[in-house]
Amino acid sequence: MKRIIAGTEVDVNEEGYLTDMSQWSEQIAAAIAVEEGIGTLTAAHMKVIRYLREQQAKGAALTIRSMGKSGVVTTKELYDLFPGGPLKKSSKIAGIPKPVGCI
Amino acid sequence: MNKHLLILGAGTAGTMMASHLRRKLPGAEWRITVVDRSDRHLYQPGLLFLPFGGYTEHDIVRPAQNFIPSGVAFVVAEIAAITPDQRMVALKDGRELRYDVLIIATGCRTAPEETEGMLGPKWRVNVHDFYTLDGAKALRDKLAAFSEGRLVVHVNEMPVKCPVAPLEFTFLADTFFRERGIREKVKLTYVTPLSGAFTKPKASKKLGHLLTDKGIEIVTDFVAERVDQEHDKLVCFDGREVPYDLLVTTPTNMGDEAVRRSGLGDDLDFIPTHKHTLQSLQHPDVFVIGDATNLPASKAGSVAHFESETLADNILLHIAGRPLKEEFDGHSNCFVESGNGKALLIDFNYEYEPHEGGFPFSFGPMKLLEESRLNHLGKLAFRHVYWNVLLRGWPLPGISRQKKKPAAMPE
Repeated sequence: MKRIIAGTEVDVNEEGYLTDMSQWSEQIAAAIAVEEGIGTLTAAHMKVIRYLREQQAKGAALTIRSMGKSGVVTTKELYDLFPGGPLKKSSKIAGIPKPVGCI
Repeated sequence: MNKHLLILGAGTAGTMMASHLRRKLPGAEWRITVVDRSDRHLYQPGLLFLPFGGYTEHDIVRPAQNFIPSGVAFVVAEIAAITPDQRMVALKDGRELRYDVLIIATGCRTAPEETEGMLGPKWRVNVHDFYTLDGAKALRDKLAAFSEGRLVVHVNEMPVKCPVAPLEFTFLADTFFRERGIREKVKLTYVTPLSGAFTKPKASKKLGHLLTDKGIEIVTDFVAERVDQEHDKLVCFDGREVPYDLLVTTPTNMGDEAVRRSGLGDDLDFIPTHKHTLQSLQHPDVFVIGDATNLPASKAGSVAHFESETLADNILLHIAGRPLKEEFDGHSNCFVESGNGKALLIDFNYEYEPHEGGFPFSFGPMKLLEESRLNHLGKLAFRHVYWNVLLRGWPLPGISRQKKKPAAMPE
């Protein structure tokens, strides 16, 4: 389905995750962050978001475990930055699919 | 010329592959060897019932050799390392086994050491697990003496073997305490890193309702930072705490340590595997089956069974130098014990999440995603099917390796 976020039309799934990561922009990230209750994105948030996008582009599976061991952020910091579902929220803001991680 | 097929692991998947391939590979050309650290075969679904006194150790453990077909060598030893570049597996006793084709079926293990504080002084005092035989036995003794308090059932991290088992344990605990007349003295809580009761949305909703109906509290999105054994509580990374009198945890699951020693796994020691052919993504002569893979399918015996049928065909194609079948579809089929002598049955694959309908045929006799007595009896009868049909590598009547497309797919 289509949605307008930060003045741009993008494709999203029923949970609001972008279905085409190339449609993403920092303005879109900022708008989703506000919707998700994260507020203004800081440099620490953006470091995580850029890392998530790089990993997704490489086809790597993203988990809280792999994030915690990435050297980019500790698990604790990830929770502090994106409270209430750190990987789900950070992925949504990063414009990548919701991590499967679980079967 | 004599060639060698080597199978690592004599669990569900490894034993089934030995059964399939001894029938299919000519004895004059192919030797087959199975290696496992244990000479006992454990019927793992039985670990769910043992803590409640449903099964004894005698019911669920048999000599592994009984299920290794004749014409297959069975070696009981620890694996030191796998070296695919030399087509060689070194054993800890110093032996070296060379192979032409390797099947890795080394399964997964629980890794309580991955969570801070889990293996503290109260491990198996009031912090228990049931995914190991020793753990299930210790928990049986603990439950027999448990008269009141908070019982917390916990899943630490996904993926775990048989992802419905912790839920089933919770349902069975509810029945267990009710039958003993002390249910109102026990507070039951289910703690999960997922956002709901299960991984697939539709089944999650159904199973979530069952928890609520039974008065079981559910705590979601909870990733444990540590187990605080001094104060008997689970602590989440976000600061939430869940106190317990008895914690039944499902520790992080990881692949076999030999996989890590060999540098063949991902960050949980699961081996990158082609999700439709079961060939290793790194080494064409290596195939991976069952819990040892990194596939986005359940780690469950039914999955290993469906995989084994595709893999047996693919090993023959590989030996003949022909293209592999991209056939395996993630098919999984699980009985879910829901307590009170009832069970649900779920059937799903990579593409279709669990749905309602008849099973194995559209008219039944079993019903999917619905509680029934027949499903429960099916689960109990399955132990005999396991020993006599599944491990022998025979097909299950009416149940194909690929999932049947649901009759009407609800959107």
